[in-house]
Amino acid sequence: MRKFFSDLVASRFFQFYVTLVLFIILFGIGSLSFDGFFSWQVFLNLFIDNAPLIIVCVGITFTILSGFGGIDLSVGAVVALTCMSLAWLMRDTSLHPVVCMGLVLFIGIAVGTLNGFLVTFFKLQPFIVTLGTMFLCRGLTAMISRDSVPIDNAFYGELAFWSLPLGDCFLSLGAIIALSVVVIASLVLKFTSFGRGIYAVGGNEQSARLMGLKADKLRWIAYIISGFCAALGGITYSWIMLSGYTQHGLGMEMDAIASSVIGGTQLLGGVAFIPGCLLGVMIQGSILTIISFQGTLSAWWTKIVVGILLCLFIVMQALINEHKNKLMNLQAEEQGGAKKK
Amino acid sequence: MASDNDNYILQMKHIDMFFPGVKALKDVSFNLKKGEIHSLMGENGAGKSTLVKVLTGVYQKTNGQISFDGNIIEPKTPLESQQMGISTVYQEVNLCANLSVAENIYIGREPRGALGNIDWKTMSKNASVLLKENLGLDIDVNKTLGFYPVAMQQMIAIARAIDTKCKILILDEPTSSLSDKETERLFDIMRSLKAKGISIIFISHFLEQIYTICDRITILRDGTYVGEYEIRNLERIDLISKMMGKEIKENDIESNLDKSRPHENVFLETRNMTVPGKVKNLDLKIREGEVIGLAGLLGSGRTEIAETLFGVLQKSSGSINIDGTDIRVKCPMDMMNQKIAFCPEDRKVQGIIGDLSVRENIILAMQAKDGMFRHMPRSRQNELADYYIDLLRIKVSDREQLVSNLSGGNQQKVIIARWLATQPSLLILDEPTRGIDVGTKSEIENLAVTLAKEKGMSVIFISGELAEEVRTCSRVLVIRDHEKVAELSEDEISTAHIMQAIAGDYHGHA
Repeated sequence: MRKFFSDLVASRFFQFYVTLVLFIILFGIGSLSFDGFFSWQVFLNLFIDNAPLIIVCVGITFTILSGFGGIDLSVGAVVALTCMSLAWLMRDTSLHPVVCMGLVLFIGIAVGTLNGFLVTFFKLQPFIVTLGTMFLCRGLTAMISRDSVPIDNAFYGELAFWSLPLGDCFLSLGAIIALSVVVIASLVLKFTSFGRGIYAVGGNEQSARLMGLKADKLRWIAYIISGFCAALGGITYSWIMLSGYTQHGLGMEMDAIASSVIGGTQLLGGVAFIPGCLLGVMIQGSILTIISFQGTLSAWWTKIVVGILLCLFIVMQALINEHKNKLMNLQAEEQGGAKKK
Repeated sequence: MASDNDNYILQMKHIDMFFPGVKALKDVSFNLKKGEIHSLMGENGAGKSTLVKVLTGVYQKTNGQISFDGNIIEPKTPLESQQMGISTVYQEVNLCANLSVAENIYIGREPRGALGNIDWKTMSKNASVLLKENLGLDIDVNKTLGFYPVAMQQMIAIARAIDTKCKILILDEPTSSLSDKETERLFDIMRSLKAKGISIIFISHFLEQIYTICDRITILRDGTYVGEYEIRNLERIDLISKMMGKEIKENDIESNLDKSRPHENVFLETRNMTVPGKVKNLDLKIREGEVIGLAGLLGSGRTEIAETLFGVLQKSSGSINIDGTDIRVKCPMDMMNQKIAFCPEDRKVQGIIGDLSVRENIILAMQAKDGMFRHMPRSRQNELADYYIDLLRIKVSDREQLVSNLSGGNQQKVIIARWLATQPSLLILDEPTRGIDVGTKSEIENLAVTLAKEKGMSVIFISGELAEEVRTCSRVLVIRDHEKVAELSEDEISTAHIMQAIAGDYHGHA
């Protein structure tokens, strides 16, 4: 029994299990407390409402995973910039919405490329680089318009309200995209040499270089992916908001980091599990849902709970690592002892 | 020697390598035959690792020529040299602890499935087979690498290296973290690789191992080429003397200083003091008024012993006893309170604060000991500074001169003054004379002896210049591979004896 728990804690997926159990508990609490909470639609709404955050969180996880203090603070601002650009393009030009979406995805890729270039070429701290591009993008958003710009393109509205019926329930286009991003990212990280390379570079950059991996190129691509995901998240965000506004996506980068860490990502790099990140977002979502069902509590309680969870999870990560070290030492001793005989 | 070129898989000729401001390699040559185990020897900092990194493309040589397998090569990256067939297992295990064992072996060249995806199943199978057949290891290759002990990780690194179809395998200090049995196993593997025609460059500071496994030796010193030798024609003592750059002269008693005669009282005694990987079971007794020398090759553990005695490193077992009582040490301040002072090896990094004046540097240790916030009157500060400037004959225009403007020798004196100001009972001098002029050198040597003689101070004198230890010390401990191998006192002390002891050939003292 003891050994079972010890192995469980040392397992690569322990934090994922914890997050999963936590999510089930939260959803259970909601279901027991409120009538109508326990339904498929409430569950699916978690994906629908949080589609932008899920996509952004996957992107930012790539940068954290790539090590060297990896982080992408610009994602929230990129979300705002893409929403605003979309609204402006559809209002002031006659471009087809699909072309507009292509253009804003290109904006995201451009910001990611710039971030990755500065980080890898000049060996600058990702924190400060992406803080810079964050201000840049937020500022550019305000340059387009200081006021809210509504999106009233008919085709675009249809996209926003399109949904996939699933029995009695439905899933929005944004949610489908978000889930696809999660699946694709998971597969890329597990089954491509790019994905494994990102893990290697984040785990031990020097080793990765000596093993012949192109650390800078891999890390650069991670930032481009994050920029792309931020823009894609921005498009799904605009389907929810149907407007462009300077305050869109404010603080979203922080929510994304929090979700990622709760989902098992280690800020030092080299450790992350994309389905865990999805659960991290859903935990935040279910707290918000509970609060909205409850009706009287302020939405700020979400922040309080998430804040506490974040602290607990980081302590837990430290304890897990310590436990692993202990196991390793124990094993080394056993082997050493056996050899002396 | 270069007459039969066909036998050489690798020839490096006249290699120069500059780091900004430093010449790390000067006209170094290295020749490796097919199917031989060739050791690269030298003290720490002699340029062994730099030479290897030039070969593997981590560094770029400035001048020279490398021919490998009949072609001139210019490797630019580790990947390039790997693809040519030069594989390396570095000193620190260079694998990714967060990936699985199988991945660590195959990353960058994973077996692919139908869709171009990584085929995990085949990868695991191949890894298991490789480890089992070549290294006799039967482990779960799907577990994270970090889960396995360092010795195992080392084996996995070797598995990775030999699976890339290498022609040259470079092992850079592979045995430093292995037990005897694991080392034995590594040697078996090396022999079987050699039988397959793979050439191995083996870097190790364990003489025993070099003589067990190697065919030939190339010796480097201070980034220069000393020579290439057949191992069976090279006595250990010659090897040591070539590494250190000293001629062995029997019976050269160079005792020109009137040495200090130690008192009866033991000031400090250690029993079985151990710091994992740094100091091994050290028994050491220091009497009052005694000058003790620690001799050994660079990297043998001399500095680590000093650092342990000053509380920079923490012992894991054994005891330190001062003035008859066992003490517990958590940090250097504990040792300062026991009246121990330490002048570190690298004064630029660890000692001198160049932007402070001579006076401020001198009172620094005292101030730290008294507590940062207890003010010391300016007049007292001046008095102290002047006293030591005078005592040590530090050449300054006045006591407010910035230390960074002084010569190396005078900077060293300022550090010694700083510690003398704390009135220590034991003064540890780690390489106090490195890089300073001859006149100041002998002044510092004299000072060490005078302090012991007149104030009854105990002094630990660490120096790579054996003659210096021979001149000043009443007793010399010879350190090899972090262990004390001999203790020489009075008449036994001579450079020849010390070098013999390092080589393991000295049996003069029972």
